Amino acid sequence: MGELLRLESVSRRFGGLQALADVSLSIGTGEVLGLIGPNGAGKTTLVNVITGVHRASAGRVLFEGRDITRLRPYRTARVGLARTFQVVQPFPELSVLDNVRAAALFSAGGSMREAQRVAEEKLAFAGLSDMMALPAANLTLAMRKRLELAKALAMHPKLLFLDEVNAGLNSAEVEQAMALIRQIAGSGVTIVLIEHLMKVVLSVSSRVVVLHNGALIADGAPAEIVADPQVVEAYLGKRYAQRAVEAAQSGTTR
Amino acid sequence: MTGHVKRAPSAALLVALVALAALPWFGESYTLRLGTIACMYAILAVSWNVIGGMAGYPSFATAAFFGLGAYTGGVLLARGVPLVLAIATAGAVSFAAAMLLGWVLLRLRGHYFAIASLAVAEVLRELTNSATELTGGGMGLNIPLELGGGASVAYEASFFFLAMWALLLVCVLAVLAVERSRLGFGLACIRQNESAADMIGVHATLYKSLAFALSGVFVAMAGTLYAGWVHYIEPPDVYDILLAVKPIVMVLLGGLGSIIGAVIGAFVFLGIEEFVWRNWLQVHSGVLGFLIVVLLLFMPHGMVSVGKRLRRTPSVPAAGAAAQLRADSVRGAGHG
Amino acid sequence: MFLQILVNGVVLGCLYACIAAGFSLVWGVLNVINLMHGSFIVLGSYLAWGAYHSMGVSPWVTIAIAAPLFYLMGYLVQRGVLNRVMAAPVLVTLTLTFGMDLILNNAMILAFKADYRKLILDPPLGTVAWGSVVVPVDRLVATVFALVLTGALYVLLRRTRMGRAIIAVRLDRDAARLMGVDVPVTYAAAFGLGAAMAGCAGVLLALIFPISPLSSIPYLGKAFVVCVLGGLGSVPGAVLGGLVLGLVESFGAMAIGPEHAVTLSFALLIGFLVFRPQGLLGKRGFE
Repeated sequence: MGELLRLESVSRRFGGLQALADVSLSIGTGEVLGLIGPNGAGKTTLVNVITGVHRASAGRVLFEGRDITRLRPYRTARVGLARTFQVVQPFPELSVLDNVRAAALFSAGGSMREAQRVAEEKLAFAGLSDMMALPAANLTLAMRKRLELAKALAMHPKLLFLDEVNAGLNSAEVEQAMALIRQIAGSGVTIVLIEHLMKVVLSVSSRVVVLHNGALIADGAPAEIVADPQVVEAYLGKRYAQRAVEAAQSGTTR
Repeated sequence: MTGHVKRAPSAALLVALVALAALPWFGESYTLRLGTIACMYAILAVSWNVIGGMAGYPSFATAAFFGLGAYTGGVLLARGVPLVLAIATAGAVSFAAAMLLGWVLLRLRGHYFAIASLAVAEVLRELTNSATELTGGGMGLNIPLELGGGASVAYEASFFFLAMWALLLVCVLAVLAVERSRLGFGLACIRQNESAADMIGVHATLYKSLAFALSGVFVAMAGTLYAGWVHYIEPPDVYDILLAVKPIVMVLLGGLGSIIGAVIGAFVFLGIEEFVWRNWLQVHSGVLGFLIVVLLLFMPHGMVSVGKRLRRTPSVPAAGAAAQLRADSVRGAGHG
Repeated sequence: MFLQILVNGVVLGCLYACIAAGFSLVWGVLNVINLMHGSFIVLGSYLAWGAYHSMGVSPWVTIAIAAPLFYLMGYLVQRGVLNRVMAAPVLVTLTLTFGMDLILNNAMILAFKADYRKLILDPPLGTVAWGSVVVPVDRLVATVFALVLTGALYVLLRRTRMGRAIIAVRLDRDAARLMGVDVPVTYAAAFGLGAAMAGCAGVLLALIFPISPLSSIPYLGKAFVVCVLGGLGSVPGAVLGGLVLGLVESFGAMAIGPEHAVTLSFALLIGFLVFRPQGLLGKRGFE
């Protein structure tokens, strides 16, 4: 398993706020990496720094061995990074088809005809074939999330960031989304999954990293992460963590 | 198959435009003068539509491009450079200037961009005023253009009408091509959500600058033609802020984002303007202002959208209008 | 020589601050650029001129009349017209106030003709001199009034219920609405205050500059530049921006000639827009 993305001591400040502190991370090709952490931990900022929305204040971002730290988003889109947004961002007046076609066209640089083909394929995958002609503004939230996914996939990503794709969905919709994510991973796309729903993270990810106050505090298999007292503390506070540790110890001694 | 633009009306527009070329064989000099101004106004409106309607940036730089073109071309014409060459130079200079300016100014949004684009005309006006040796400064610039041995007044009128008409035709064809191209598609994305456009690989800075430059190049060429036509230009005349505002009103009149709307809006606007000038000279600017207020308060989507609203069948729940309104509020919020 | 230019710059700067404070308030709170602001100022000047030359009312008294009169006018204009397009894109509000300005300016040209008039105090107030620095007294008094007016606006915004509502709306319209602020009324009040500041500034400027409908555009230009220099929507920002512009203009006029002073201020405008759009003070109100 080769290395796809590498962060070397990446930091980002906003004025006096240290949003990311010395984050080093390596992501291998084909991984499904769960990125978790409490609200305000810096998860979205990390994605923004990698994709070039914000520039790292210090450190380097390497993608396939190439330094992409200073690339603007339109360039990172073209080297193979795609993302979905926590708050969906369709082009409201464009049709569903044109939304995806734009993504295929501008990221890959092929012909309009090729973009059309890719768009239809990805819309079929996302189950939106029947909605192609509708303006994106008319879709329901669940459909817009799928449109967002189809757009990201049309960019032929090597690395795909899924930022809270399940937020606001009901449990049936979450099940559908999880199935889609598994299928995408199965097709060989490396995925970074930012997620609040532990159930989703634990069942889909092959590895989980935890961000807290802008720093990475844990990195390991899903089962190890949920047992890590530091992680429990970050999520639930010190006292609860202590109790959890004591409970775990008394469990083992008994 | 570019789904983001509709095809049918543009064929009708081109037929109507081609037919307009017959005007010199029917019209007298007054009609020809009006026809020339109509074509000029349409060039300004169609051009503004590229940056304002397609890219969604509220540019007030039309006056700057017009003045830059009038003076670049005018100075060359006054030195005996052939008309075609002068027009080409004015277009090239304006394109280059707009690309450079666009690269810097288009980082600004909303009011800030509007003001900056407005200030460009003021700076150019002052520069023109102070470069007295080249431009004649505040005294204005005489342009004794010879159209060849003893051309009659009538010949000159026909000549400039046809030249302006041809420029309009080229401008409309170019903008139609842009609308259907990758550039037009990218601009539609930028207008609706610039950061999302950036995320899917649209080089927003380049595309916006190209849109700004395209919105300037034909305006500058029209400026040169205007200079040759009227034989005399002065800074307050060709850098007039009204030249920046009128195209916006024309486009709003015709419906934002529509090329055919821009052309119709320009013609209708000229009709109204001429009518007001002839009947209420004293209050013509007040009437123009009144027209603007009424237009914005009661016809926010212009005449084209009024027509659409009438045609729309009640069974379709106004999806387009809803999307349009939402997009408007998104744009408003982006600046708000 | 240096001191004289410094004093001229400061005098000019205080007047500019007064011109721009109301404009900045409207822009910051309503997110509307009021292109009528210049014409409001000129209208204020005509009011002072008419009151003095036909009724003998001193300009200092006219200020007290102009403030409520212009407030009412601004309030009504906002409620009647602008309020219908408050949610519209920038382009619409800009073009709309431009259209209204055409009407107002045309009306002034019809009423007063386009030629320049001058308000001449009788007897004239003369000049004061400190060493080599000479300042006409009318200018000095106008400057002091400009500062007092701008300060009054500041206090009004900080200390009164209406002022606090205006600031709350500026910071977060939706939160203010949830806390019970009547947003449309607050918009109208802010626009009224902006108009009142313009009218009063006009009265003061009548003492110094010739009066003509043609002056509205230059006044508007100053307001733009000051706002961008100082940052939007704050009174201290307007004062700082005004002073900077006044000093730049008076020193610039000496350094590169008075004919280039306007170019200089517009170049400053573009430079600030590009490199520091949040102004010298404070944060960017909005993109």
